[in-house]
Amino acid sequence: MGHFKESDLRLPLILGDKSVHQITEDICRPIEGKANKWWWIAFSIASAALLWWIICVGYTVGTGLGVWGVNKTVDWAWDITNFVWWVGIGHAGTLISAILLLFRQKWRLSINRSAEAMTIFAVICAASFIVSHMGRPWVAYWPIPLPNQFGSLWVNFNSPLVWDVFAISTYFSVSLVFWYTGLIPDFAAVRDRAKTKVRKFWYTILSFGWVGTAKNWQRFEEVSLVLAGISTPLVLSVHSVVSMDFATSVIPGWHTTIFPPYFVAGAIFSGFAMVQTLLIITRKVLNMEEYITIYHIDMMNRIILITGSIVGVAYLTEFFIAWYSGVEYEQYAFINRATGPYWWAYWSMMTCNVITPQLFWSKRLRESVFATFVISIFVNIGMWFERFVIIVTSLHRDYLPSSWVMYSPTWVEIGIFIGSLGLFFVPFLLFTRFFPVIAMSELKTIVKTSSSQAKKKGAHHES
Amino acid sequence: MEKRYWKGLEELQNDPEFIKLRDNEFYELLPVKENDHKPETSRRDFLKYLGFGVAAASLAACEAPVKKAIPYLVKPEEITPGVPNYYASTFFDGHDYASVLVKTREGRPIKVEGNELSSINGSGTNARTQASVLGLYDTGRLQHPKVNGKETDWKAVDNEITAKLNDVASKQGNIRILSSTIISPSTKKAITDFAARFPNTKHIQYDAISYSGMIKANQLTFDKAAIPSYRFDKADCIVAFECDFIGNWISSSQYARQYAQTRKLNAQKKNMSRHFQFEANLSLTGSNADFRYKLPVTEHGAALVALYNLIASKAGATALTSASTSVSEGLSKAADALWNARGKSLVVCGSNDVNHQVVVNGINQLLGNYGSTIDIANHSNLRQGIDEAVNELIAELNAGNVGALIVYNSNPVYSLPDGEAFASALKKVNLTISISDREDETSVHCQYLCPDNHYLESWNDAEPEAGVYSTCQPAIRPLYNTRQGQQSLLIWAGAPVTDFHEYMKANWNTLLAGSGKSWQNILQDGVFKKTNTAAPLVFKDSALAEAGNNAAAKKSGTGLVIYEMTAMGNGSQANNPWLLEFPDPISRLTWDNYFAVSITYANTLGIKQGNIIEVKAGNKSLKGPVLIQPGLADNTIAIAYGFGRTHAGKAGNGIGVNAYRLANGFQHLISGVEVSKTIEDDHQFAGIQTHHTLMGRNRDILKETTLAAWTQDSASNNTVEKITTYKGKQLPHEVDLWATEKQPGFDKPNHLWGMVIDLNSCFGCGSCVVACTAENNVPVVGKDEIRRSREMHWIRIDRYYSSDADPDKNEGKKDYSKMEIPSDNPQVVFQPMMCQHCNHAPCETVCPVAATPHSSEGLNMMAYNRCVGTRYCENNCPYKVRRFNWFKYFDNDQFDYNMNNSTGKMVLNPDVIVRSRGVMEKCSLCVQRIQAGKLQAKKEGRRPHDGEIKTACAQACPADAIVFGDYLNKESEAAKMKEDPRSYHVLPALNTQPNIYYQVKVRNV
Repeated sequence: MGHFKESDLRLPLILGDKSVHQITEDICRPIEGKANKWWWIAFSIASAALLWWIICVGYTVGTGLGVWGVNKTVDWAWDITNFVWWVGIGHAGTLISAILLLFRQKWRLSINRSAEAMTIFAVICAASFIVSHMGRPWVAYWPIPLPNQFGSLWVNFNSPLVWDVFAISTYFSVSLVFWYTGLIPDFAAVRDRAKTKVRKFWYTILSFGWVGTAKNWQRFEEVSLVLAGISTPLVLSVHSVVSMDFATSVIPGWHTTIFPPYFVAGAIFSGFAMVQTLLIITRKVLNMEEYITIYHIDMMNRIILITGSIVGVAYLTEFFIAWYSGVEYEQYAFINRATGPYWWAYWSMMTCNVITPQLFWSKRLRESVFATFVISIFVNIGMWFERFVIIVTSLHRDYLPSSWVMYSPTWVEIGIFIGSLGLFFVPFLLFTRFFPVIAMSELKTIVKTSSSQAKKKGAHHES
Repeated sequence: MEKRYWKGLEELQNDPEFIKLRDNEFYELLPVKENDHKPETSRRDFLKYLGFGVAAASLAACEAPVKKAIPYLVKPEEITPGVPNYYASTFFDGHDYASVLVKTREGRPIKVEGNELSSINGSGTNARTQASVLGLYDTGRLQHPKVNGKETDWKAVDNEITAKLNDVASKQGNIRILSSTIISPSTKKAITDFAARFPNTKHIQYDAISYSGMIKANQLTFDKAAIPSYRFDKADCIVAFECDFIGNWISSSQYARQYAQTRKLNAQKKNMSRHFQFEANLSLTGSNADFRYKLPVTEHGAALVALYNLIASKAGATALTSASTSVSEGLSKAADALWNARGKSLVVCGSNDVNHQVVVNGINQLLGNYGSTIDIANHSNLRQGIDEAVNELIAELNAGNVGALIVYNSNPVYSLPDGEAFASALKKVNLTISISDREDETSVHCQYLCPDNHYLESWNDAEPEAGVYSTCQPAIRPLYNTRQGQQSLLIWAGAPVTDFHEYMKANWNTLLAGSGKSWQNILQDGVFKKTNTAAPLVFKDSALAEAGNNAAAKKSGTGLVIYEMTAMGNGSQANNPWLLEFPDPISRLTWDNYFAVSITYANTLGIKQGNIIEVKAGNKSLKGPVLIQPGLADNTIAIAYGFGRTHAGKAGNGIGVNAYRLANGFQHLISGVEVSKTIEDDHQFAGIQTHHTLMGRNRDILKETTLAAWTQDSASNNTVEKITTYKGKQLPHEVDLWATEKQPGFDKPNHLWGMVIDLNSCFGCGSCVVACTAENNVPVVGKDEIRRSREMHWIRIDRYYSSDADPDKNEGKKDYSKMEIPSDNPQVVFQPMMCQHCNHAPCETVCPVAATPHSSEGLNMMAYNRCVGTRYCENNCPYKVRRFNWFKYFDNDQFDYNMNNSTGKMVLNPDVIVRSRGVMEKCSLCVQRIQAGKLQAKKEGRRPHDGEIKTACAQACPADAIVFGDYLNKESEAAKMKEDPRSYHVLPALNTQPNIYYQVKVRNV
């Protein structure tokens, strides 16, 4: 455990003069103790939502996609909006663990575990939309290039949807391995503290025989670094590929080269917003304010401010290019976004994504838990609307005015979206109960026991 | 010396063992399991087999129910499974006429197509004819004879009816036969024979949509009570008053075909007709006119008189009484054009007012059109009903002077303005017999229901125009216990020959005498023409002055136009789901009729689209929904006939409202109706097009020019916009990642199929839409699903209105919100839109499973079984022509149309798969027809001829506006048309390189 000396200017990453033992106690408490009332309420609601998701998806698969509001012109709507939204949310986790690890940003250690968990569950939700939006979900494996007996049938490697399959599945598997690798030492800690046989049994299996030798730690560090290296390009590639579903098409409003960076920025933006939303609740419910501090919240708000500004610039760039291109259809697509029948969606997006994050220029708001929570919700809503605007308003009025239509969702689509929140929160809540929500072994590397003592000493000397 | 290689040391050494085994394929004998004298099956094996057997048996028990496909025990000589047979026949339902070929597969009629040999309609038909085949499999048809509501057999019915008829006859009672117009000489003879047996019989013909005014006008001016035959193809100038001759008027598919010939333009033919339309309602014909003027109903007669006077002043004839109208400018323009084209012009009018028609006859006489564009000597038989005769019958019925009434293929209770009164009058008749295909509004009030065959089950003949004959032969045995009406009449009359086939044959043998044709020839051709030498008739102007006075008489108030809708016609096919789902070419609405009003008038009345209003004409009133329709004259309401059926059947009952009730005095144009808004709920329309203007996109989507400009430059207004690149301006196909036609990789070695669509002769009638539905098993989805924008048609006809805010009228300025609003009297354009079969198809690249690949013959194909339903292809289709199976549309009670019952499914084309839920579908360019044509050519060892293979849409088009062909065959019509300077691609900037070309629309303005 390297206790390091740090600059007086830097704020401490963990508050409350935690000892190493205290950290273990704090973080294992939710696992070893009983769930409180709030957890049960949340879990009940989430389970009900999950059940609702099963009903709505079952109804869709059993009856046909006609139970949705999609039509001959708007063939994608809430389904792909939700898909992109969830994939975007899944971006923060890997970014925090991989990119911030490579950049040696130690503040990530308090939040990376839950952010990664969020990534895993968000990608599961996203994938569920890919499957449920298919006309024939029972053959959902066909876009995977599996050797088959159908003759010479193979997937179409030109199709961005096939790229999606690769991008999402790679992202999911790498994120899962990365997350699990980080969990192993913590599982071992839980195992070693286990007082019941059942817990001992399960955590023994989960911890893969970790004993905490120097060799274990060396390999752990190496694997983490390698996985971080693999994950880093994925953070950029996944949403770039998702954006190509749109960018490679011919539809005005979709066919733009700005999409890959714009989508990645938007994904990080929404991912951090979701991390904020979740952590602000988690730190409160699990009493972890001293681990997930105002400093963490501030740091994430800065990322939200930056990526939100990138997204804002992207919106303006799209408008400029539409005008500059001189292309009739492109120009109409953007005028229609802002002034057409779906103007409210566009302006909701603009308000939530461009205006609200600019409030974070104020340090007071950045450090306000309440303001952060509200703005993070705004960003989540805004980013949902961004995808809705891109998908529905581009499609509903494309080239031939004869096919212009309106789209409105049915209760089933709304139900599947609400249900997908259940699909997300049920595993997330189980995660908070059974997995250490903070990477405690890694966190111990930044405990400032010695440095704060040194600081105290220094203060003593000066006086 | 030849080199020899040895396989191994054994061969080199010529080992004896090797020599012995050298010639055996297998070096060692294959191992055979030795019987080791143990029992063959151990106890364990037994249990295994038992377990497997039980599992297999239970699995087998879970099998899906067996569907039996029974092969022919004795194969009929003429039927080869998989090979269609065609029979020449005739469609006439008392309203629409077409000489047709019936395509049958394994004994089932599955499609009707125009008979190329017919001089009337040629290979074209209208939508209603195309849809008529589905009527055969309508489960709403009457399936047994009925007496007083109880099913019975024919013998009982015949005995009772004969006895009662004899009884009526013995009491000198009157017998009346009320039928729709009958154009069949043999049927007429049968009725004459019936009347000979029962001398007090009178036959009254009754057209639901009456043309009696024209017949009477010709009686007055030519002494001949008939409708003339028209030759629109000979007319250089056409002026039509409230007359929808392309869509619905008398013999519309014939006229559309003739009219199209005057609208075609190419390197050889540089002239086209000039067409003026004066109308209050926006009709299909009016939307194709070069000049269209909104003529209020109240001024209709005055306008005709004014036009007469203008022509008379040029001709030096006496003018009629003076008349002033709001369209005088248009009338003088029309008069000039008519006069310049005199002898080759035509004035037609859709009014049923005899005064109007007399004035029209006068105008045509002044212009010298009789004998060239109008032939009254060789008249048309298609409408023969006289309103007075019907009124007389009603009076007789009410007075109780009728002993027996036979209602034959006619539905007066539904279609008379006072149908309810007719129903109660029926009660005063002792014997009421209905010969109808279903238990309709009239039949339910009759004692004896004698169900008629469908025309595809019947023998019949027709004489649509004097001397022009066609025959009708059964293509299937009657599906139900029905009998054709003529046979019933013959049986009741106790005729010596009661089999109508024999009866008709005998009749034809007389007719054919000396023609050199046999009965067999006639049945095979389906048509027969007798050279007619009827002398021209002399025009009498005695009635003209009075008619002029009556026509010009001042009328006021709100005008009502009751028109015929392209889908529903007179309503006899109201239970046909293909027609119910067929979008009206103008309003693009399905499953409805409505009161159409202009926006100005709606604002005056304070009503909005979807409001329910009540319209009162005379003593009848009707409630219906309001549709705001551009192009309508102000102070005018228009509503279509043919809806509001109560006894049509499952699909048709309760759709729309019955506008016949307002047709006071059988008139279609009524002045002085009263309108009031009711407080009922708003109505939900189901339209397949919800946006109506082109938003200034004419240049890329729908190009048009004027005749003058086109004469100067045959590529007028047909330039492709270039794309600015770093190399300078380039055409879209020059900026290309992919192989193009001129580069390797674009390999179409054998054929390159495509279609060229002439927008100048596409009038938007939509018969292609129904033809495609029939050919390709396109499902019917119903009103709710159409409201959700989920119609399944593979071909649609986009209709666009011009807007006052269009950039070309406003110095290029674009105010998008104003461009969405159509002009008050818009120019209308139609564009058939189907899969464009792009050689660089956006849909093909995005499919993750390659379910929509490109064929080596230029077709964009759909492999339904491979489709997983991501719908990305449809999103990425700039033409939005793909259709997704949102539900299972067959065997599903939610879609209780023809694909939900085994009878209705008999209409399905076995060459085209019925698509399952969750897959995408779209126009295949009738690949099954292409394959059949190629196969035929291959069997005969030749290349397919041009024109031999036709898609269903191209085949059905009465105007031949859609031309299908092989672009690699440079002699093909399509290949030539595609090179015409008028040809263009829709959305060229996308460089999708479609195989569908369009030709610039030219207006003669």
